[in-house]
Amino acid sequence: MAAAAAASPPPAVELAGIDKRFGAVHANRAVDLAVGAGTIHGIVGENGAGKSTLMSILYGFYEADSGEIRVDGRPVRIRAPSDAIAAGIGMVHQHFMLVGAMTVLENVTLGAEGGRRLARGAAAARAELAALGAEYGLAVDPDAKVDDLPVGQQQRVEILKALVRGARTLVLDEPTAVLTPDETNRLFAMLRKMAAQGRTILFITHKLREIMALTDRVSVMRRGEMVATFATRDTSPAELAEAMVGRKVLLRVDKAKAAPGRAILEARDLTLRDRAGVARLDRVSLTLRAGEILGLAGVSGNGQTELLEVLSGMARPSSGSLAVGGRALTAAEFDPRRMRTLGVAHVPEDRLRHGLVASFEACESAMLGREGDRVFGGGMFVDRRAVVADCAAKMEDFDVRPRAPTLRSASFSGGNQQKLVLAREIGRDPDALLVGQPTRGVDIGAIEFIHRRIVTLRDRGKAILLVSNELDEIMSLSDRILVICGGRIVGERDPAATDERDLGLLMAGVTERAA
Amino acid sequence: MASWLDLVYLLASTLRLSTPLIFACLAGLWAERSGVFDIGLEGKLLISAFAAAVVAGATGSAWAGLAAGIVASILAALVHAYASIDQRADQVVSGTAINIAADGGTALLGNALFSQGGRTPSLSGAERFHDVVLPGADVFSGVPFVGPVYKFLLSGQSPLVYAAFLVAPLTWWALTRTRFGLRLRAVGDNPAAVDTAGVSVRGLRYRALIVCGALCGFGGAYLSVGQAAFFLPHMSAGKGFIALAALVFSNWRPMRALATCLLFGFLDALSTNLQGADVPFVGAVPVQFFQALPYLLTIVLLAGFIGKATPPKAGGRAYVKER
Repeated sequence: MAAAAAASPPPAVELAGIDKRFGAVHANRAVDLAVGAGTIHGIVGENGAGKSTLMSILYGFYEADSGEIRVDGRPVRIRAPSDAIAAGIGMVHQHFMLVGAMTVLENVTLGAEGGRRLARGAAAARAELAALGAEYGLAVDPDAKVDDLPVGQQQRVEILKALVRGARTLVLDEPTAVLTPDETNRLFAMLRKMAAQGRTILFITHKLREIMALTDRVSVMRRGEMVATFATRDTSPAELAEAMVGRKVLLRVDKAKAAPGRAILEARDLTLRDRAGVARLDRVSLTLRAGEILGLAGVSGNGQTELLEVLSGMARPSSGSLAVGGRALTAAEFDPRRMRTLGVAHVPEDRLRHGLVASFEACESAMLGREGDRVFGGGMFVDRRAVVADCAAKMEDFDVRPRAPTLRSASFSGGNQQKLVLAREIGRDPDALLVGQPTRGVDIGAIEFIHRRIVTLRDRGKAILLVSNELDEIMSLSDRILVICGGRIVGERDPAATDERDLGLLMAGVTERAA
Repeated sequence: MASWLDLVYLLASTLRLSTPLIFACLAGLWAERSGVFDIGLEGKLLISAFAAAVVAGATGSAWAGLAAGIVASILAALVHAYASIDQRADQVVSGTAINIAADGGTALLGNALFSQGGRTPSLSGAERFHDVVLPGADVFSGVPFVGPVYKFLLSGQSPLVYAAFLVAPLTWWALTRTRFGLRLRAVGDNPAAVDTAGVSVRGLRYRALIVCGALCGFGGAYLSVGQAAFFLPHMSAGKGFIALAALVFSNWRPMRALATCLLFGFLDALSTNLQGADVPFVGAVPVQFFQALPYLLTIVLLAGFIGKATPPKAGGRAYVKER
């Protein structure tokens, strides 16, 4: 042991026996982790597995109840972020820690201003920003206001903040969640370069593909414990998924060939302009048939959200027509309640904004939009017993955990919240289901479940429109794929006859003719 | 020439009436830029005015009165800080509590001490601030136009009036040019960013509220030891609230706050000036109308002229580390 330690340098960061409780929740149980200097080390785990807690402890955001942190072999006491910064640890948070109203320069120097008066440190910081920008291709205008920057650039500012403080170990918490595929590739190239220069990267994600593409080693967390560590080249996504969930997981969706039937939804030349007059949807036409899953692929922000809003009745199109079951809608019929009675159900992209009310009890969230139904009383009063019973049945059917209809919606994990919303929408036996980001923030076990339910629904002859930023999800679930870019449908593909590269080009707006 | 002199008097009166507003408004600016709403400016003005009048009377020194006003006001600010930063109380409730306690408490204490219905004994001599006469004020007073401006406007003001006009640029400089200012602005917008940068959110907000208390202390002391020569219950007469309105109107910027307070002070001066005057075509108008005028105009200005107000994003919410 001593000989081995002498032969190889100590790990850049070592966590030993880290234990942390939040009240009744045991977030980290005696976690051990050793990260070699100059390596890219991935940490995967389902939501709530304790990855973020562990990293927050490393960064001094929380203090561990017990355990030790060693940096370059020396024990350090990290009780606040300032201690972590002093130990050479930098962190890029999932939700950026930036001040939107201030400039890039101000954000980067915050907490490391170089003197009581700002002018003294500013010149030095400017020079350092320029040098780092040139070295890693991280150029950002130092005088731009952070709020005005696109998300990808904001992330650069987060990274620069850590580097300017002299971080030798960089922790990134789910950094690709907000990035386009292209931005992700650039981020990976940058991280590889940093690792090659001797910096240590800790990369937290739940996307196995990214682990396989980027990391040297990977550790798996499950329910607060570190359950396994692999050299990335010796493992596989299937093995990692099994370690994450604790049982075998089907990463692929098994489904029979689709048998499309009559048209349920027919959109013709739907155009939606925003207040500035910009066309968010530009003459979108599509037909959604019974018994098929139609996938809509695209880089986030290219009109998917708007299309869902129009089809679900949340927004009225500026022009174009929409027919449900063969009958064209009048303008007044673009109303969520009307669409629902016409048999179009909607699982919104952002479940916390449009899907449920976080502060409501689960049973209340599970009946939203149905409060006038006969089963729940039908009049002025709501039959609470019926509401609770209905929710309990849904929880049983969709394996929502815990089975507690009166628990606040916010207390459920993302996956269980999503199951509740799905149960509510499917519960009305709709002809068509619009699903936005069905598995965003949902753990692997629940993803498998949700995918199976969607396929079952299709097999019962329902029409499903699937909108997702996860290309894997689109490719494995869809029977037909439409690609949207800049508010236009730019192509249609058969999932069996396409690949990620082909779709990626379409999504990026490279037209069929040019490609 | 008389009309020119009238205008100079009107402007001089504007300066005097603006002074407590400027102190209170900038006090609110410090608090709110750090992310803590302070609706208790009014209460702190009263507390400070009372403490200043009592101590100035007891010690015979206006400066001792000022110091007492500042200390008393800072103590009230610390109560607000403890409630809203450490105990995460609702900041509006905490501020309102201070206002109510100050309004009743000063009157009660004043009556108990001096038995004059809450009024404190009149101050005279060194017990109150006297106007600063700049060199040559009388010599140049004969010079047309410039003379009266120098004598009555630039010269002849209370030292606290000059202080008020210094505080605005100082605040601007501190906020934009110093490390403390940068961190303060950041903590009002995204405290988590400050926390992860290794800087104490609590420490910053406490310091901001202490500055807020000190500035209210100046404003309150000016009311009782500068402008008047005694403390009178409710003598702040809503100035703390008008200062809050001015703060919104100025979009939380120091130099605009100064300008807005001057405007409000001018309206106040104008209404005093117009009392008893016949309004063309209308004739005599009740005095109460003119007294209400600045408040009415405040509402009109706020409703009609305010552009897009962008308050500090984290304002009003206690900082809790997310889990």
